[in-house]
Amino acid sequence: MTTQITSARPAAGPRKGARRRPPASNATKVGRPSFAWALPAAVFFALFAIAPLVMVAVLSFMTWDGISSPEFVGMDNWSRLMDDPVMLDSIWLTLLLTVLGVVIQTPLSVVLGVWAAGNQRNRAVLSVIYFIPLLLSATAVSVLWRALLDPNFGIPAEATWLFGDGNLFGKQATAIGVLAFVATWQFTPFHTLIYQGAARAVPEVLYQAAEIDGAGRYRQFFHITLPQLRNSMITSMILMVVGGLTTFETVLILTQGGPGTDTTISAYYMYDKAFQSFDFGIGAAIALALVVAATIISLIVVRVSGYDKMRSTMEGVS
Amino acid sequence: MRRRPNYLAGAGSLVWLFVVGLPLYVMLAATLRTRQDYAENGPVSIPDSFTLDNYTGAFDSGFGQYFFNTLVVTACVIGIVLLLVPPLAYAIVRSRGRTTSAIFRLFLLGLAIPAQAVIVPMFYLISEAGLYDNLLGVILPTAAFCLPMSALILSGAMRDISPELYEAMAMDGASPTRMFFQLVMPLSRGGLSTIVVFSALQAWNGFLFPLVLTQSDSTKVVTLGLYNFQTEHGIDIPGLLGAVVLSMVPILLVYLFARRALVRGLMGVGGK
Repeated sequence: MTTQITSARPAAGPRKGARRRPPASNATKVGRPSFAWALPAAVFFALFAIAPLVMVAVLSFMTWDGISSPEFVGMDNWSRLMDDPVMLDSIWLTLLLTVLGVVIQTPLSVVLGVWAAGNQRNRAVLSVIYFIPLLLSATAVSVLWRALLDPNFGIPAEATWLFGDGNLFGKQATAIGVLAFVATWQFTPFHTLIYQGAARAVPEVLYQAAEIDGAGRYRQFFHITLPQLRNSMITSMILMVVGGLTTFETVLILTQGGPGTDTTISAYYMYDKAFQSFDFGIGAAIALALVVAATIISLIVVRVSGYDKMRSTMEGVS
Repeated sequence: MRRRPNYLAGAGSLVWLFVVGLPLYVMLAATLRTRQDYAENGPVSIPDSFTLDNYTGAFDSGFGQYFFNTLVVTACVIGIVLLLVPPLAYAIVRSRGRTTSAIFRLFLLGLAIPAQAVIVPMFYLISEAGLYDNLLGVILPTAAFCLPMSALILSGAMRDISPELYEAMAMDGASPTRMFFQLVMPLSRGGLSTIVVFSALQAWNGFLFPLVLTQSDSTKVVTLGLYNFQTEHGIDIPGLLGAVVLSMVPILLVYLFARRALVRGLMGVGGK
């Protein structure tokens, strides 16, 4: 996550490159703010984000019911989690939903984003409508789809030829399908926006050159547009993965982790353990596992894709 | 010189328009229908009744209070962000010190921290501080989680201020403080509006912190109100959807007025 954001500003043109290594003379120091300007924000952030992150690690070795004071129990929580079939299932489910999200949303948002970057006449109007799901809270989206897919009063009850008995929430496969669909409905516009911005930034000369060489639209898409979208694709995928690992409201509202524990993903299991069974130690352990997983996956994506080496998409342009 | 229209992609985008637009239409139509009409004729039929009861009903079940609470949370979060982020971004962009770059790295790291990761200790902290079931207990963590992205957006905007302007002011003997108020702040108005919209969206749509850190009706926010409405009156679908529509009205208004800032901010996330 870190690397990709820092390297996301390689916009250093000649102007900025020139002042990268300033001579350590007094002239460059004059009028520069000290770190004290950053301090209030840093303290506030440390208090409400970094400190809890450290505490979650500590709490994962403790047992706490939310009322009496926490007690140290060593690896107890962790060994209980290892033996917990629901926990293991929840990890698979989380991974499944995350992978589904990436596999469905990436091609969809690349195509829509590239299309929206073009100059069609009705594009502006369509973009506004595409944009709306992005503004809705996950809560509103989940409540909306729960209502629209209601087994008795919703769309499935009308289209039984498509949905069978109409109870999409009653079987594991369809319940997972609903969760993947709702995530796609909600987040595709966001990723479309990322690709739209990136596709606009592709240098026009590349297309002009391809045109002269007689390359058709689809060759241009696969040989110019896609490679040029590489960095954005990685950013977007990392966001999808982190988003997928931490999906919560959708599951809480749409399926409550059910039927049974069939859609109990890790984040929901964490909430269930901590705030419904008042086993905060276990909850902390699950939360820590989630952070570690999200960080590792982000790092792997960055490494495997060579993004950390900051290979420029501008290669061969100038 | 641009090419022929891309029919295939155009058709695809129309399909997607249907996927996005139909549910939104059904939702809007349902809220203007009576419960009986909806139950008898189903969600996608043409409405044969018209009523505003679904909206007034939402207010009767406490949404007025929830709106007020959400408004308080949102305003305070924006206030905290506006107080803390501009100086932070200023230091990130202009300070040469090692401490500042360490602080910047801390915030970049923070981008990857999901709220779920810290919710258990947050519950502990907020309870210990005596802020459980208090709006302040929701405001503080929500604001904290707005900081990394806001810092990134605003420092990006501030980087666009030309160094010559700073040099000119330094030549006149201006202090960092004067530069901040007379140069940086006026020139980053675009970035500032982006972070305001961004934090407003976060605060308005926040769910997990209120869910875990409040419990009584007097501290309930809109998203929690929706969630409760759903568990209590799940069968009253038009009423429920009326509440959903109400919950998005303010955000849509903000969107109408600040569309550019919002889109710019979100696109900036992609980095390019």
